[in-house]
Amino acid sequence: MKKSDVTILVADDDPDYLFQTVFSLKKAGYKTVAVESQAEAESVIDNFKPDLALYDLMMENDDSGFILCYKTKRKYPDVPVILATAVSHETGISFSLDSEMEKAWIRADVYLEKGIRPEQLDQEIMKLLKL
Amino acid sequence: MAVLTVLVIDDEPGIRSGVARILRDFHVTYPFMDEDYTFDILEAPTGEEGISVIERDKPDIVLLDNKLPGMQGVEVLEYIRERKYDIVVAMITSYASLDVAVRATRDGATDFIPKPFTPQELKSSIENITKQLYLKRITHKLKQDGKKIRYQFLSVLSHELKAPLNALEGYLRMMQDKQAGDRIDDYAEHIDRSLQRIQGMRNLIMDLLDFTKIRLERKDEKIQEVNLADVASGAMATVQPYAIQMEVSVNLEIRSEVKIMADPDDMEIVFNNLISNAVKYNKFGGKADITIDSSDTDAIIIVTDSGIGIEKRDSENLFTEFVRIKNEKTKNITGSGLGLSIVKKVIELYHGTIKVDSTPDVGTTFTIRLPKRTTVIN
Repeated sequence: MKKSDVTILVADDDPDYLFQTVFSLKKAGYKTVAVESQAEAESVIDNFKPDLALYDLMMENDDSGFILCYKTKRKYPDVPVILATAVSHETGISFSLDSEMEKAWIRADVYLEKGIRPEQLDQEIMKLLKL
Repeated sequence: MAVLTVLVIDDEPGIRSGVARILRDFHVTYPFMDEDYTFDILEAPTGEEGISVIERDKPDIVLLDNKLPGMQGVEVLEYIRERKYDIVVAMITSYASLDVAVRATRDGATDFIPKPFTPQELKSSIENITKQLYLKRITHKLKQDGKKIRYQFLSVLSHELKAPLNALEGYLRMMQDKQAGDRIDDYAEHIDRSLQRIQGMRNLIMDLLDFTKIRLERKDEKIQEVNLADVASGAMATVQPYAIQMEVSVNLEIRSEVKIMADPDDMEIVFNNLISNAVKYNKFGGKADITIDSSDTDAIIIVTDSGIGIEKRDSENLFTEFVRIKNEKTKNITGSGLGLSIVKKVIELYHGTIKVDSTPDVGTTFTIRLPKRTTVIN
């Protein structure tokens, strides 16, 4: 698969973060579908299978990202999901996908802190898609 | 060992006893669960009886046939959903009624089990449901824990303050790395958005100052006779430039001269916030009417706009700190999410009330009543 064949679903309720993420993904060569809410993301995955999904944790609900991870994996078990959030930075709650238990209920493949550099994000995506 | 109660609502005795037989010795286990789950089975032949079992035994899982003699399965589902019971519902349905299943899933059923099913199919559905239930409960717990932190003012505040900084940092980095090109014009949108976020942050800081003012600076010597009409005119002048941009006409009607004993700064906060909201959430070319009136006991302030309005479900949270109603219509309006919570705090300080009436796309009316004779409690 070439990068230009890859469509990434990006959901984030901060329009600027969304803009920046989409910008860097496009620049890296991917196609993107951008949405600003959990509800929109759900209706996208109802009708369309992305090659990868990148979700913000807190959108209209505190756990929007978790729910989206879960629903995406239920419908498309083979689609890699990245959960990105600034939450541990700000609230002190920390998540990681290190223990088996966390992996089991946080249905994301990779958990990323927000604000990572575009190259880093690109690398994570390439790794997940084995590009 | 944990036990989950499963209620089977089906008019076919064969299905009910079949489910009971299949699940009797079944247990679900996962490495990440604290314990194994086993199942207790309850049975009901009709929706009506099912509901009385639900009320009595509060089952964890309901396996629900849609086609029942009296009340239909979807109605039982609706009953459960309306009461927000923590019950996972799986519809038992034949392939022919797939559309029912789809509708039921949308209405809150978590799963559906096609009929006829093999023991293995039932088991794997139950396994799935158990996993979902576990997940739901753990996320709920997490949410509760998370909420405690989230609603601590300072941590939310830090989120609100950091979000614009993160956005700005992102845009500056894009420029530093020359991601959009070599010319400054390539970054016009980046710069525009950055300026907007700075404006938002400035508003937030202004609101925060108001917020701390009402929280900390309550000095009796500041209480004086305040003419509400004067304060309203002052606030209108402040909002005027914005109203001109939006082509919103702001009108003041004084039905009765009202003077109350108050800190003039407090009243200014109330009028500034309400009038600027009436302009901000208005339509282009709309209007905002401020009415000052009084009854025997109260001063009455009414602010009405012809704006975008508020959905009923959103109005509950309207006065909560940092809550902003997010939808297509408010997407491009910036706000700190503090304004109305500040207004409410001030009003309460004066033992007054604030109430909101709104119709989406028609407009919103805020009505404030302030007792004329009151002592402000520190």
